Amino acid sequence: MPHRIEITLKDEVRDPRGERIKREIGHFLHLDVAEVRTIDVYTVDAELSADELAQAAAGPFSDPVIQDYSIDKPAAASFDFLVEVGFRAGVTDNVGRTAKEAIGYLLGRQLAAGEGVYTSVQYLLSGKLTQADAEKIATGLLCNTLIQRYQILDAATFKAQGGVAPFVPKVQGEAKVEVNTVNLEVSDEELMRISRDGVLALTLDEMKIIQAHYRDEKVREERVKVGLSTAPTDVELEALAQTWSEHCKHKIFSADVTYEDGEGNTEKINSLFKSYIQKTTADVRAAQGDKDYCLSVFKDNAGVIKFNDDWSLVFKVETHNSPSALDPYGGALTGIVGVNRDPFGTGKGAKLIFNTDVFCFADPFYEKELPKRLLHPRRIYEGVVEGVEHGGNKSGIPTVNGSLVFDERFAGKPLVFCGTAGLMPAAIAGEASHVKKIVPGDLIVMTGGRIGKDGIHGATFSSEELNENSPVSAVQIGDPITQKRMFDFLIRARDKALYRFITDNGAGGLSSSIGEMSEECGGCELDLSKAPLKYPGLAPWEILISEAQERMSLAVPPEQIDEFMEMAKRYGVEATVLGTFTDSGIFHMLYGEKTVAYLPLSFMHAGLPPMQIPARWEKPVHEEPKLEVSGDYTGDVKALLSSLNICSKESVVRRYDHEVQGGSVVKPFTGVDNDGPSDAAVVRPVLDSFEGVVVGHGICPRYSDIDAYDMAANAIDEGLRNYVAVGGSLDLVAGLDNFCWCDPVLSDRTPDGPYKMAQLVRANKALYDYCTFFSMPLISGKDSMKNDFYDGTTKISIPPTLLFSVIGKMEDARLAVTMDVKRAGDQVYLLGATGNELGASEYLVQKGFVGNNVPKVDAAAALATYRAYGAALNAGLVASCHDLSDGGLAVAAAESAFAGGFGIELDLAKVSFKGDGKSDVVLLFSESASRLLVTVRPERAEAFEKAMAGTAFAKIGAVTEEPTLKVKGLSGGVVVNAANAELKAAWQAPLKDL
Amino acid sequence: MTKAKALVITGNGTNCEMEAAHACRLGGFDEARIAHIAELLTGEVSLDDYHFLNLTGGFLDGDDLGSAKAQANRLRYAAVEGKEERLVDQITRFIADGKLILGVCNGFQLLVKMGMLPALSGNYLNQTVTLTYNECGRFQDRWCYLKVDADSPSLYTKGIEGGVYLPVRHGEGKFLVDDARTLDAIEAKHLAVLKYSDVNYSAPTMEFPENPNGSINAIAGICDETGRIMGLMPHPEAFVHRTQHPRWTREELPEEGEGLIFFKNAAKYVKENF
Repeated sequence: MPHRIEITLKDEVRDPRGERIKREIGHFLHLDVAEVRTIDVYTVDAELSADELAQAAAGPFSDPVIQDYSIDKPAAASFDFLVEVGFRAGVTDNVGRTAKEAIGYLLGRQLAAGEGVYTSVQYLLSGKLTQADAEKIATGLLCNTLIQRYQILDAATFKAQGGVAPFVPKVQGEAKVEVNTVNLEVSDEELMRISRDGVLALTLDEMKIIQAHYRDEKVREERVKVGLSTAPTDVELEALAQTWSEHCKHKIFSADVTYEDGEGNTEKINSLFKSYIQKTTADVRAAQGDKDYCLSVFKDNAGVIKFNDDWSLVFKVETHNSPSALDPYGGALTGIVGVNRDPFGTGKGAKLIFNTDVFCFADPFYEKELPKRLLHPRRIYEGVVEGVEHGGNKSGIPTVNGSLVFDERFAGKPLVFCGTAGLMPAAIAGEASHVKKIVPGDLIVMTGGRIGKDGIHGATFSSEELNENSPVSAVQIGDPITQKRMFDFLIRARDKALYRFITDNGAGGLSSSIGEMSEECGGCELDLSKAPLKYPGLAPWEILISEAQERMSLAVPPEQIDEFMEMAKRYGVEATVLGTFTDSGIFHMLYGEKTVAYLPLSFMHAGLPPMQIPARWEKPVHEEPKLEVSGDYTGDVKALLSSLNICSKESVVRRYDHEVQGGSVVKPFTGVDNDGPSDAAVVRPVLDSFEGVVVGHGICPRYSDIDAYDMAANAIDEGLRNYVAVGGSLDLVAGLDNFCWCDPVLSDRTPDGPYKMAQLVRANKALYDYCTFFSMPLISGKDSMKNDFYDGTTKISIPPTLLFSVIGKMEDARLAVTMDVKRAGDQVYLLGATGNELGASEYLVQKGFVGNNVPKVDAAAALATYRAYGAALNAGLVASCHDLSDGGLAVAAAESAFAGGFGIELDLAKVSFKGDGKSDVVLLFSESASRLLVTVRPERAEAFEKAMAGTAFAKIGAVTEEPTLKVKGLSGGVVVNAANAELKAAWQAPLKDL
Repeated sequence: MTKAKALVITGNGTNCEMEAAHACRLGGFDEARIAHIAELLTGEVSLDDYHFLNLTGGFLDGDDLGSAKAQANRLRYAAVEGKEERLVDQITRFIADGKLILGVCNGFQLLVKMGMLPALSGNYLNQTVTLTYNECGRFQDRWCYLKVDADSPSLYTKGIEGGVYLPVRHGEGKFLVDDARTLDAIEAKHLAVLKYSDVNYSAPTMEFPENPNGSINAIAGICDETGRIMGLMPHPEAFVHRTQHPRWTREELPEEGEGLIFFKNAAKYVKENF
C-alpha cells in the first residue's frame, strides 16, 4: 500500500515558496490571496515497515530545525482551498528519484523493481476565493497540465474525505513489445495520412522514396533473408522519419534554391549551407594558411579551435524552442543540459567551462488575448528562466553571457538559445583529442539515464509548426545530476582511454546517435531489448527514437569493456552494452533474436533528393516617419532605458551562477555598484594561467523587418564588437551561427514563403561577406526553421533571427576592459562614424515606426576600428569601453556613466558623421554599427589618438565628477540632462520584480 | 616537516572542486587531491591520509530533498567497502584527530545537516541549525561584505582585519537555529565567525541585498568550538586573485585575493601541528 509522507514548515518559519506564489497570483492572475503555504508530499510506493517510514520521514525527507512530518495523516490545516500538483505518470521526477535512493542508503538495500517514491506539492490557499478562482490558480500558474496533474479540494471536502488519497503515477505497462509493419502500397492520400497520424513529418515525395525502396527486388531479397516482410516495419519507418527530419537533416539549408533578387537577377543556389556557411570557413582557413586555428568544424557535435598548444576550445549553441513553448521549465532545462552534451560528446570529450543563453520572448506584461494553447509570455519567461537556472547551476557550469530580446511575435514561439563551451587537452594518450574513430567490432555502449516514453517524436515534431495537437510526449524534464554523475565518470574514462568514440543522445535518440556512429565504420547490430527502460511496455520503435535525456553513446573496444563497465559501476553510472559496430553497410536493429529493422546506411543517409525552394526578394517599403524636433530628449532617453530590450536584466542574471569554476574575469555586471551591463565575458579556464577565453554575441531580429541581410550583418558586427570591446583578439576568433526562422517553404499555409526564403538567402550572403572579411571562421551552428504558431485561424511567425556568437582568446586576461567609466577628467571618445540610420531602431519602434534606413555595416571601417582599438587596449591605453547597440549613443553613455558613478558631458557637434540627415535625434539614437564609446586617461589621450589614427573617431566629451549625463546638441543647447540616479532607476525598473 | 595534504571530495553534484584544490595549493598545501566519493567508498582513498578536508560548493544530489540532505544521509549510512566502518566513522575520527574541515556553500549545508556544526559540547552528529531557502525566494550570485568576529576560535580567519569581501552563490543560505539557546551559545562562544555587513564592516545587517538571504543575526559562517571545523556560505576559493573581484578593473587591488587567507591559515596550522 502506498504511504504519504507530508512535510510541513514549522509555524514560525517563513515559506518563501508560498510567498512567491502569492505574489505571482496577484501580479499575474489579478487575484487577491491572503496567504499561500506549501507542503511537500512524498508518496512512497514500497514495502516499508512503520519504523522505516518514520526513519525516512525524520531523516532524509525533513529538516528537524524547520520542518515537521506526518505519515499517512493529512497535515494541511486552516486553508480555504488546497491544490495538490504532482507529475503525470512517466514524467521525470528528480526529487522522487533522489528520495528513492536515500531510502536505499537508509535501509542498506535498494528498493525492489517497481517500487518507487513520487513527489507532489500541496498549495494551501487562504482568502476569499471561489472554486473557479482555485481552478484558475491551478491551471494558470501552479500546474502545467501537459506534464502534471492536480486536484483541488475545498476545506469542507478535504475534511469530509479525510485528506488527499495516495496516488501513484506509475506507468502501467501493457507488455506489448510487438512490431508492426506498415503497408505503403496505398494511395498518395493514404501515404500522407500515415505520415501525419504518426507524427513522422515526412513529405509525400519522401514517402514515395521510401515506397520505392521497399519495391526494389534486391532490397526485398535481403529482407526475406533476415526474416522480414517486404513492407517496412514501424521501427524502420520511425528511424527514417527521424533521420530525414528537418531537425536532423536540415533540408532547407541543403535545398536547391532559386533566388530572384528583386532587380531582375535570378540565381541558383545549391545548398545554402555549402554555398555560404561551409564556404565561409573554407575560404577563411585557406586565407589564414599556416595560421589556421580550426581543428574540427561542422563534423562533430560542436566546433573545435586551438586555444594553445596544450588545450583546445570547443563551442556549440543550440535552440530548444518548441519544447519550451509547451513546457517552458522542462523545455529550457533540457535545452541547457542537452547542449552540455554537445561539447562533452565532441572529439573524445571536453570538460565544460561555461554556458551562454539568449532568450527571445513576447512582453511578459502582455495584456491582449492569446490563441488557445499558447502559454502567456510571463509564464514562458518564468519557466524558461528557471529551467536554465536549474540546468546551469546544478551542473556547475557558469552562465557567463547572454541576453533577453523582446518582440510581440515571439508569443508564437519563444526562442531559447543555449550554448556551452568546453576545454579538452590537445592530446590524450598521444592522440589528438578532437578526432575519434570506430573500428568494426567495437561494442555499442549506452551510458546514463534510462529510456522512457519521454521525448518521443521531438525531432519530427519540432520540424512542424506548433499546433493544437502537438504531442505531449515530446516534452520532458532534464535531470542535471544524473548527467553530472555520468560526466564525472566519463571524463575519467576518457583520460584512461577506455573508449574510442563518444557522442550524445539528443534529438532522435539512439536512432540518431547510433545511425551517425554507424556511418563511421559502416554498420551496426544492436539489440533494442537490452536497453535499460524506466518502465516496461515500450515498443521497439519507441526505444529507438526516445529522446530520454542524460544519455551518451560510446564505442568501446572489446578489450577495454571490462574495465569500462567496472568503473561505471563504481561511479554509480548505468552503462549497457547494446550491440556491436560492424562494416556490413546495414543499420541492423534486433529485438532479442528477431530482426526489427534492416536499413542500408546508403539509403538512410543519402537517399534524399534536395528540396526545391523558390526565393523572391522584394524590398519592403515602410512609412518614413517625420520626427518632431525637440529641445530636450531627456524623456526619450529615460523611456529607452526603460524599454524591455534595453533595461537591466539583473533580476535574471543574478539567478545564474556566473562564477563557479573560479575563472571569472569580466562578469555580467560591473562598475562601482556591480550593476553596469558588461559587453562580453572573459573567463580563465586554466586557473594557473592568465590566458582568457572571450565570448560575446549579437542579435537584432527587428532589422529583418527592413532587410535580413542587414539584420545578419549587424548581428555579426555586434557579436564581434562586444568581443573586441572587452579585449578579445582578432587573431584567434571564431563565430557560431544560429538561425531561427519562420517556415520559408512555399505552401498553402505559407503563401509568403518565397519572401521568407529570400530573407534567409540574404542573411546567408551577409554571413559569408562579413565573416570572410573579418577572417572569422564559422565553427558550428544550428538552424531551427519552423518557428510559427498556427491554429487554423491565427498565424504568428517570429521575425527571422540570427544569433551570432563569437568566441576567441585574449592572451592576457589582466588587460581586459570593462564598460564603466573610471574617473572624472577622463576623455570620452566615440569610435566609428554615426549615420542617419534609425531604421528599425529601438527609438523608432517606441515611436510606433519601422522606417527604412537600417544600419549598414561597413566591414572595412569596422575592421580598422577594431584592429586599432585592440592595439590601444593591449598597450593599456583604455580606461573603459562600451559598445553602442540598442538605443545608440545616448543609451551607451547613460549606462557607462551610471555604472561608473561619474557623469559624462558630450557635445554632439563633435561626433564623426557619415552621409546626410545629421540631427540631434540621429546623433543620440541612431544604431549605426561598429561604434564603441571609450574613455581614456588624459595623460594617455595622445597615445590613444595616435593608435586610432586613420579610423573614424572623435573626442566628444569628458567624464565629470558630478554624476549627471549632459549632452550638448548641434545648436549648442543642452538636449539631455539627467542625474545618473534617475537614469539608473529608469533602467532598472521594468524587470526588477520578476 | 610534514607534507601538508588537502583532500577535496567531489561527486554527486559537487561543483567547486577545481578551484578549491587550486586555492589549497596557492595557500601552501603540498598536495591537494580531488577524490571522487566513489574512491572513498571503495576505500581507494582514505581520509586518514589527509589533514584538511574540503567540502565544497555544488548541488549534491540536485539538493532534491533540501540542500545536501541526500548526501548527509549517504555519508551517515554508506559503508566503506572492505572495512567495518561507515564513511561517517572516518569523518568523526578525522575530527577527533585534530584535523581540519572547511565546508563552503553546499559543503556548509552538508556539515550543518550532518550535525557537525556548530557541534555545541562536542556532539558532531546532532543537527541544531540549518540553512534554508533565501528570504527573497531566489538563487543569488552576488558579492557580500563579511564582518569577521576577531574573538572567534576559527583558525581560518586569523589575521583578517575588519572583514572580507566574497561572493555568495546560493538559493538556500538562510541560517536558522532550532531554538534561542543554540543561538545564544553560538554568539556567546563567538562561533558566528562571519556576518553579512555594510561595506565598512561596521555592523551586521539584515537588509537585502547586503544580507542576501535573511540569515538570523546576519550569520554567514560558523565554526565549532575548536575553530578547526568551519562552514560558510560565501566562497573564499572564488577570490584568490584580484581578477576575480567584480571591480578589479577600477580599483587598485593587491595581486592576492582576500579569500586566500582561509587556505593559508589552514596550511600554516597543519604545518605547525602535524
